[in-house]
Amino acid sequence: MAERFDPDHPIDIAWCPGCGNYHILAALKSALAELGKDPESLVIVSGIGQAAKTPQYVRTNFFNGLHGRSLPVATAIKATNPGLTVIAESGDGCMYGEGGNHLLHAVRRNPDITVLVHNNMVYGLTKGQASPTSMRGFTTPVQVSGVCVEPMNPLAMAIGLSASFVARAFAGDIEQTREIMKQAITHKGFALVDIFQPCVSFNRVNTYQWYKEHCFYLDGSHDPADRDAAFRVASRTDSYALGVLSIVSGIPTFEECLDAYRGDTRPLHERRVSSGKIEKLMDDKRG
Amino acid sequence: MKTYAKDDLSIVLSAEAGQGLQTLEQLMTRVFKLSGYHVYSYSEFMSRIRGGNNSTQIRISARMISSCPRRIDIFVPLHTGAMERFHDRITPETIILGDPAFIERRYTDGGYPIVAVPIAGLAREIGGEIYMSVILLGLFSGLLGVELTLLENLVRQFFSRAGEERTRKNIEAARKGYASGMHLLKPGQVLPVIERSEAVKNDLLLNGIDAIGTGCLAGGCTFVSSYPMSPSTGVLVFLAKNASEFGLVVEQAEDEISAANMALGSWYAGGRAMVTTSGGGFALMVEALSLAGCIESPLVVHVAQRPGPATGLPTRTEQADLEHVLYSGHGEFPRLVLAPGSIEEGFTLSRHAFHMADKYQVPVIILTDQHYLESTCTVGGLDVSATSSESFIVETDAAYRRYLFTESGVSPRGIPGFGRGLVCVDSDEHDEAGFITEDSRTRTAMVEKRLQKLRGLEKECIEPTLTGGEDYRHLVVGWGSTAGVVREALSVLGRNDLSFLHFSQVYPLHPNAASLIGRAQKKIVIENNATSQFARLVRMHTGIAFDAAILKFDGWPFLLEEVVERLEALL
Repeated sequence: MAERFDPDHPIDIAWCPGCGNYHILAALKSALAELGKDPESLVIVSGIGQAAKTPQYVRTNFFNGLHGRSLPVATAIKATNPGLTVIAESGDGCMYGEGGNHLLHAVRRNPDITVLVHNNMVYGLTKGQASPTSMRGFTTPVQVSGVCVEPMNPLAMAIGLSASFVARAFAGDIEQTREIMKQAITHKGFALVDIFQPCVSFNRVNTYQWYKEHCFYLDGSHDPADRDAAFRVASRTDSYALGVLSIVSGIPTFEECLDAYRGDTRPLHERRVSSGKIEKLMDDKRG
Repeated sequence: MKTYAKDDLSIVLSAEAGQGLQTLEQLMTRVFKLSGYHVYSYSEFMSRIRGGNNSTQIRISARMISSCPRRIDIFVPLHTGAMERFHDRITPETIILGDPAFIERRYTDGGYPIVAVPIAGLAREIGGEIYMSVILLGLFSGLLGVELTLLENLVRQFFSRAGEERTRKNIEAARKGYASGMHLLKPGQVLPVIERSEAVKNDLLLNGIDAIGTGCLAGGCTFVSSYPMSPSTGVLVFLAKNASEFGLVVEQAEDEISAANMALGSWYAGGRAMVTTSGGGFALMVEALSLAGCIESPLVVHVAQRPGPATGLPTRTEQADLEHVLYSGHGEFPRLVLAPGSIEEGFTLSRHAFHMADKYQVPVIILTDQHYLESTCTVGGLDVSATSSESFIVETDAAYRRYLFTESGVSPRGIPGFGRGLVCVDSDEHDEAGFITEDSRTRTAMVEKRLQKLRGLEKECIEPTLTGGEDYRHLVVGWGSTAGVVREALSVLGRNDLSFLHFSQVYPLHPNAASLIGRAQKKIVIENNATSQFARLVRMHTGIAFDAAILKFDGWPFLLEEVVERLEALL
């Protein structure tokens, strides 16, 4: 079923053998297929980095733009044609570093888009420098004495901003990652999924084994509607929670708030300016 | 000394920020236009919300006018210190009209004609100094023979939402001012007699912001994302105000980077998007400009110039960002740069910007400045009915390739969800389908494809407009907002060997530029900047060097007499 999203041209995948990206790609394609999405009305927007190459390997519409800038693009695509399913997908450097400001404001806007962040706690494409989520003490060719700043906690940040859907997945578990993705895509509003992902080339600390030892799945006792509980779970650093941490319902989406769609549901490309309206506008400038 | 037309009145109102100068400008220009006068006004203001000193120059004439004279016929100070910045423009010919409390002592020794009106006192009688501006409106209406009912109707209409009490008080203020104005001066004695025209009453009264905003709407703009920055914000406000009526998406982005990327996202999905910004904001958009070049997206960028570098003079004017918009963006890709010099051009070029951006899939920059945007004048015969409703979007088929090689370099542009094809765009070098490639042949072909679009842009160049005779010996060359003042200066000079060539499209240059400029014996460039950026552009593309440059970069636009004198000195 997921074959629907397999590229129909020969592709030369730029990822290292064993990279967590392969699992995320597999989970995404099956999630889309199981949700009955069709490639023609789906757009995947990405930035720059190894994770940002993902849309190149999916048979669908894509906009692979600038480093850090996928969220403004994705927000505008959804606002221009609300009928499209829009996914923004990139790495921790792109979403949390270069694009950090856009993430804050995208959460506030609450467009009905899904944001998938491949979080491997390191810069892959530029060969192993620290990322915003690298742990303290992590040594790299640039952070030679080890990272000495606090890693960013994107989930606690998003929950703090009342993001409408916040979840975390682990690339090593394709089944659960697919299920979390399906929930995120189905959710109406801004959905952030941070996906832990081992980098086999540049991160020798946060390996498959490390993630298995340091993560746990939330069970039925966690209520995503309980924001305080979600914030507590997101703040834990001894062991990291996987699953849907927080859902805030009832926030209107960005598209729903736009005057352009009040009384006119047509996407922007179906609209034509009327010369009568321009003339009327100008008539006010005569009096 | 040249003689200037006498059927022309130049009034300068000088106030603190927050005293209602903008309202007064709007009402005065409107009441004079409705009475049959041609009007031109320009506001200059400090970068502050309260205090300081701002001014509005209102010019009333029997002819179409389009510049600020240095000459001030009537100066109205509205606060203590209102005259300080105008010492070099107030002469013994200037009537100083206003409350004695605001007139500096140096002018009260008898050498200057003073018309004392206790405006502040009158205003306090009505309810506060806030009413000074409407008293002045009434006063000038009385002075210039505006019908009282016209004035009253305008005031009533303007304050209709302010509540009954305030409307009543404002009408009272207008009447008081009118009564004092009627007998203040006798027409023909001190004031020039300005003939009125029935036709002007039906003219449009527009500023540069209206022209750009309306032009963008007529160009089919459906999406605007921007970050506020003087002096470009007026266009964003104009579009926001009309968003509901025109079905426009308006978003104030978190920064200019986001704004520009949003605009590209919107074009990709079928919107017709623009951003409006100034030099510093444009600097942040430059990476996205390059992205537009690579993914071959249309994009309309309004850049309202102000003096830099950095924060510079945030609310003042300059033409120093020509090279900024011309050469910004890494890599090589075509663009179009338009620079309106009149209200008509602002409207037609903004509409044209959307058409060309869509047709050639390139970024189009509309380059204005504070002087252009904040100048208001009467405009007759502007055809606003023509809209650019032509869309170049195609319905895709299953085999669709976004970057199909074509002779013109322009590939049919599809959008996601419209047709059976997939629309794949990538900021990496890509093949025809939009997939990343490092293949040398494809890379070379893609660069050539993108640059090929410049040939199309060149074929549709807007010709520069010539004012004056065809067989000129001397030629002044300008671009953008200098057009109005230079045209008027030429008519003051009245020389038949001098013409003016105005470029409203500054890049690519029209193929005729070389012959039109080259055949002049003396070539003079006029620019509101310090290094003659346009002259450099002309030289680079035509090999022609200018003989002289009239430059100004103090934050003010060229004043009429200044241009006349500097041209005289050169000829």
